[in-house]
Amino acid sequence: MGTGTNFRQEFTDTPLLKRDVSKFHIAAMVGIPLAAILFQVYVPRFFERLSYLELPLLVTVYFSLMRRTPAMGVLFGAGIGLAQDSLSHNPLGMFGIVKTLVGYFAASMSQRFDVQNAWVRLVLSFFFFFFHQFFYWVLGRALLGEALEFDLQSTLVVAVLNALVAVPLFHILDKLKVTA
Amino acid sequence: MEFLLNRFRNLTVLLVAILAQLVLLAYQVKSNGEVRLIRVWAVSAVTPLARVIEAGRSGAVHFIRDYFVLLNVREENQRIKSDLDRTKMENQFLRTELSTADRAKSLAIFQQQSPSKTIAAHVIGNTTGVGAKVVIVDRGTGSGVQKGMAVITPDGIVGKVTGAYPTASFVLLITDPSFAAGVISQKNRVHGTLKGQGYSTVIVDYVQNEQKVEPGEQFFTSGDDRIFPKGLPVGEVAVVRPGKSYKEIFVTPSGLQNGLEDVLIVIEGVHAPIPDSTMTSQPVHLQEGPEGETSVVPASPQPSSLTTDADRLVEQYRKIGEAEKHIYGQSAGGAPNYNIHLDPNGAAAPPTPPPGVGPSPASAAASAAPPPASATPKPATKNP
Repeated sequence: MGTGTNFRQEFTDTPLLKRDVSKFHIAAMVGIPLAAILFQVYVPRFFERLSYLELPLLVTVYFSLMRRTPAMGVLFGAGIGLAQDSLSHNPLGMFGIVKTLVGYFAASMSQRFDVQNAWVRLVLSFFFFFFHQFFYWVLGRALLGEALEFDLQSTLVVAVLNALVAVPLFHILDKLKVTA
Repeated sequence: MEFLLNRFRNLTVLLVAILAQLVLLAYQVKSNGEVRLIRVWAVSAVTPLARVIEAGRSGAVHFIRDYFVLLNVREENQRIKSDLDRTKMENQFLRTELSTADRAKSLAIFQQQSPSKTIAAHVIGNTTGVGAKVVIVDRGTGSGVQKGMAVITPDGIVGKVTGAYPTASFVLLITDPSFAAGVISQKNRVHGTLKGQGYSTVIVDYVQNEQKVEPGEQFFTSGDDRIFPKGLPVGEVAVVRPGKSYKEIFVTPSGLQNGLEDVLIVIEGVHAPIPDSTMTSQPVHLQEGPEGETSVVPASPQPSSLTTDADRLVEQYRKIGEAEKHIYGQSAGGAPNYNIHLDPNGAAAPPTPPPGVGPSPASAAASAAPPPASATPKPATKNP
């Protein structure tokens, strides 16, 4: 009886979607972000148009959405962002801060939306890409005093392209989930 | 307090992470430096992988390309059995080889002739960031590269080193919006500041509307920025129009026109004068003539303005006309009455060949031109 009460209490306290936490093998959680960063380092050298793909961001969004824990999203975002910073010519922390916020908000949103739905993934990817670029621009101007340009039109176009890539990418990454 | 931390655990983690990175950022900005250790680790970890990937990629590309070339040749041979097509394929292959050899040779020649001390580097990757105009080259502090050094090709400037690590360096390209360099125009000596825009064309800023800059004019580095030595080609003016406060000058950079694979890093820059004449961006390669054929006219002792064999031939006939006191176009008809085999430089004319026997190309070449040129058309046998 007591066990039944605890179960019912836990069931009612926990939001429906929060119980749908996906788990991944540790190698996938380290290897995929690393591969995304390496992709951004090497592939645009031969296919220049692919430089507009922000795979580290998409991976951050994916793992944060799937883990559904804001604290985990923060750690993911900070880790991937700092790794990206270390291979860029910017001061360390620029991508780190932006991706930390993306990870936190993505994980927070995942508790309120059905993130398995392709349309939800498309919209969230679009939103977070735009947020990422805009906040990076704000940080660059405010903290570093850089005269960066923010081209709204091209950012929106690139955000759509990234969102279109995100949906099949997330579908592929779904295959790497560890089933209990 | 503990309750609050548990209650707002996620928010606390977020704030701590953001705060830590802000402190890191502030430290870098305040000290005007960087957290070198982390970057050295990251770059040192990634560049060996880059070399392996690059070696694997180029090997695979060469293998596939060679395979398909051979396959095509075999199919062509089997299908049409035509020597002509095979020759075309061979020519194409040789042209590609020649182009590669020319590029490497021009880099080596430029490196030898340039007054600045340079080292060659190979581009192995891009840095992270959407649309970033920063590339990674395979030379680092171990090869003497330091932050702030200029990066060039024989065609023009490419960028500057923004980070130097033991095995690799970051090069900020001139097309990056944060890039700037001092430049001067070739014709009117107008000073300006070169700025990237994030795409293939760059602009020259801070040129007054009253100053004269023409489309097609070349820009060179002015040496004002203490990064690029004076006199390096930058690019050609594509568009000029008056702006609100300064002229809007769009320049097509010459250093990035032929792709970016091999570059030179200027270790010790030496200023050079701005050339007065227009420079050709590409070295011109003249093919050797077919065996057995020689030129009618000499190539080397002519003035620099006579660039083609046709020019030299016209010049030769003009001198013969002057020596023979003949005005072309005023013949009364019939055969011309002047000696076309006369040496215009004063040598004795060879004996006139018997009627009905034209001079052979070899004898004509021997009489008219002591040293044969390397690339010439077939000898002319007609009188003007």
